[in-house]
Amino acid sequence: MTTSWDEPSSVADDLERVGYLADARIAQVVFLADRLDKPILAEGPAGVGKTALALALAEATGRRLVRLQCYEGLDEAKALYEWDYHKQLLRLQADEGASWDDLEGDIFSEAFLLERPLLAAIRSPESVVLLIDEVDRVEVETEALLLEILDAFQVTIPELGTITAVSKPIVVLTSNNTRELSEALKRRCLFLHVPYPSVERERAILAARVPELPEALADKVARTVATIRNVPTRKSPSVSETIDWARTLIALGIEDLDDDSLASTLNVLLKYQADIDKVAKELSLELTDTA
Amino acid sequence: MVEVIDAASALEYTDLSDPTNLRATLGATLIKNARHYPAFAAAFDVFFGLSSRTHAEDDEEGPDTAAAGAGAAGSGGESGPDNDLLDGLVEALTRGDRDRLRMLISRAVTRYAGMQPGRPVGGRYYTYRVLKRIDSDALMARLLAAIVLSEPSSGVDERLHQDEADRLFQEVRDELEREVTARLVEDRGAQQVAASRRLPLVEDIDLMHATRAEIAEVEKAIAPLARKLATRLSQRRKHGRSGRLDVRRTIRRSLGHGGVLLEPQFKQPRVSKPEIVVLCDLSGSMATFARFTMQLTYAIASELSRVRVFGFVDALDEVTDYFGTGTDFSDGLIRMGSEADVVRSDGHSDYGRSFHDMWERYADAITPRTSVIITGDARNNYRNAGVEYLDRIVERSRATFWLNPEPSRYWDTGDSIMSQYGRRCDVVDQVRTLRQLEGFVEKATLPVIRSTAVSRQPSAVSQNTRF
Repeated sequence: MTTSWDEPSSVADDLERVGYLADARIAQVVFLADRLDKPILAEGPAGVGKTALALALAEATGRRLVRLQCYEGLDEAKALYEWDYHKQLLRLQADEGASWDDLEGDIFSEAFLLERPLLAAIRSPESVVLLIDEVDRVEVETEALLLEILDAFQVTIPELGTITAVSKPIVVLTSNNTRELSEALKRRCLFLHVPYPSVERERAILAARVPELPEALADKVARTVATIRNVPTRKSPSVSETIDWARTLIALGIEDLDDDSLASTLNVLLKYQADIDKVAKELSLELTDTA
Repeated sequence: MVEVIDAASALEYTDLSDPTNLRATLGATLIKNARHYPAFAAAFDVFFGLSSRTHAEDDEEGPDTAAAGAGAAGSGGESGPDNDLLDGLVEALTRGDRDRLRMLISRAVTRYAGMQPGRPVGGRYYTYRVLKRIDSDALMARLLAAIVLSEPSSGVDERLHQDEADRLFQEVRDELEREVTARLVEDRGAQQVAASRRLPLVEDIDLMHATRAEIAEVEKAIAPLARKLATRLSQRRKHGRSGRLDVRRTIRRSLGHGGVLLEPQFKQPRVSKPEIVVLCDLSGSMATFARFTMQLTYAIASELSRVRVFGFVDALDEVTDYFGTGTDFSDGLIRMGSEADVVRSDGHSDYGRSFHDMWERYADAITPRTSVIITGDARNNYRNAGVEYLDRIVERSRATFWLNPEPSRYWDTGDSIMSQYGRRCDVVDQVRTLRQLEGFVEKATLPVIRSTAVSRQPSAVSQNTRF
């Protein structure tokens, strides 16, 4: 595979072309990941664009995106590969009387292998972007499954041997930091902390994602969200919620964000009633009875 | 070690002339925990931050030069605020002109910090001196004026303006600190400054003596730990992954395949639902720690549904409702402070009476599925220890843990009766930093069978120990 970028700024340009605004730090880390063939571990609060980074990378480089959504209880059979037990059994039944040697080689061949995302990413003939989403949701023991892939881009299947990546994928892992990831996993990755964006960056994101939003309103939206994030709430508004909010304002035809319009749309930004009450109090807003 | 090799190979692809790139590279390869980033950033500034003095002096010409000379001579002199500097700062900030900001700050440091080579004074002192001369209040007022002028003002706007001004002011502060650090490095060398500047990592902050900002950092880090504790307490000791073969369901399933047993079905292992009871000492000496405990409890409560919290000083009251789902943590603290009935007479801790209250009034909260977590310094003010009630609580619970924020060398000194209580509990731990809490969480597995120590035998509550 040829490297697609010569310098970090062209990473940023490519990402911007597909609507993802990367700051200098993100661009540099992506550039390094590509050069050093290392996975990126993106960590940060929910909804700041960690997953979107992987999606944008796939779009910008024209690669296919292979996604593994992690959850509690994810195991080898769902993440790596599985033998198609049903098919194997049927094959055996259909072929009763055939010699053992024929059968044995046969039922553990690729025809009976069910590819799961990780193996699919490795075996794909063209290079892909592999997104391992919310890796903090799997148990610590399951993390070990990922290590071989992250380390050497290979998967070992006892019956078939080791399958090495044809072309090395770009790997992005995301974590919401609900638990501490293991040292072994972290060691293999480039660490990218994605915090909430600065006011300037959020304004730029709004301009890119909601172009129909007037500039002055975008500025005010970005600053209001930054202020709300300063209030200690249970769940701070994420970037995606900022975008939702901007779209809400447009849909409602609100051109100037005043106290009333903010109070009546606060529920787009905040998802807990206690948070809404608290923010309203902080910003001295009168809540209209909606619930 | 691997990290260092990574960093070295990554540097090959880094534009070293740009500190932002260098910082990103080193940050991504060396730091693997967001909590450690502030310490890294501080160290980075010490080793790679450059003073902007050279630029500043080139620029220093024209009408300012005379004033600069006078200012440098009388550094610390009690003249009024430097209006030129203030105007310049406000202009640079509102336009977002970083270079100009740097230059102005650099000049201000030269003039006002009164730095003398070789003087063993920390950077904070110089930062403070410059800020005093800049006059923070005046700067803030001017920033506000500049921001508000450019826009019409209404209710929320006021708050937005204030925040904007705060943000800009913080820029001045950051830039100032960076500049002072850079100059200190020029004077004394990076090694020495780095040694004096070492930031404690979040997990090593002493909770009993933490500043507000530090506590805020700690509180952010609690949630992952609480989650871990919650899962540990719900875990059963045995790691049997799947349950026994479910013959009935397997045969039922096989009918679809003409009686071939294609898919073996297993019984799901039962997941135990843990109950947690927290007893928290709320007396004055424990205030900071109690806040921390409550934060931890609040985080656990969002993971598990059956959590009950009791606060006590010399009486005990249930405070669960202040921290239930849908409540706000700081509201809960305030309500607990004003509404909970935890002081009966003089407001000094009385563990004996609190255990008595617990047993007499809330014994039903404790079942064989309950893990009890007690937090406090076990300083009982020489009152009746009430061990017979603690014994009963421990006896009925599944496990009892005691977290003491005092250093263990002070246990059993003065009025502390930690070991009297401690030998009755399953785990007793000193917890005054996040790291120690992490250590406790590691240890907090549930005992399968309790050791049959002598102290376990329930001592009969004699009739005459009445409270």
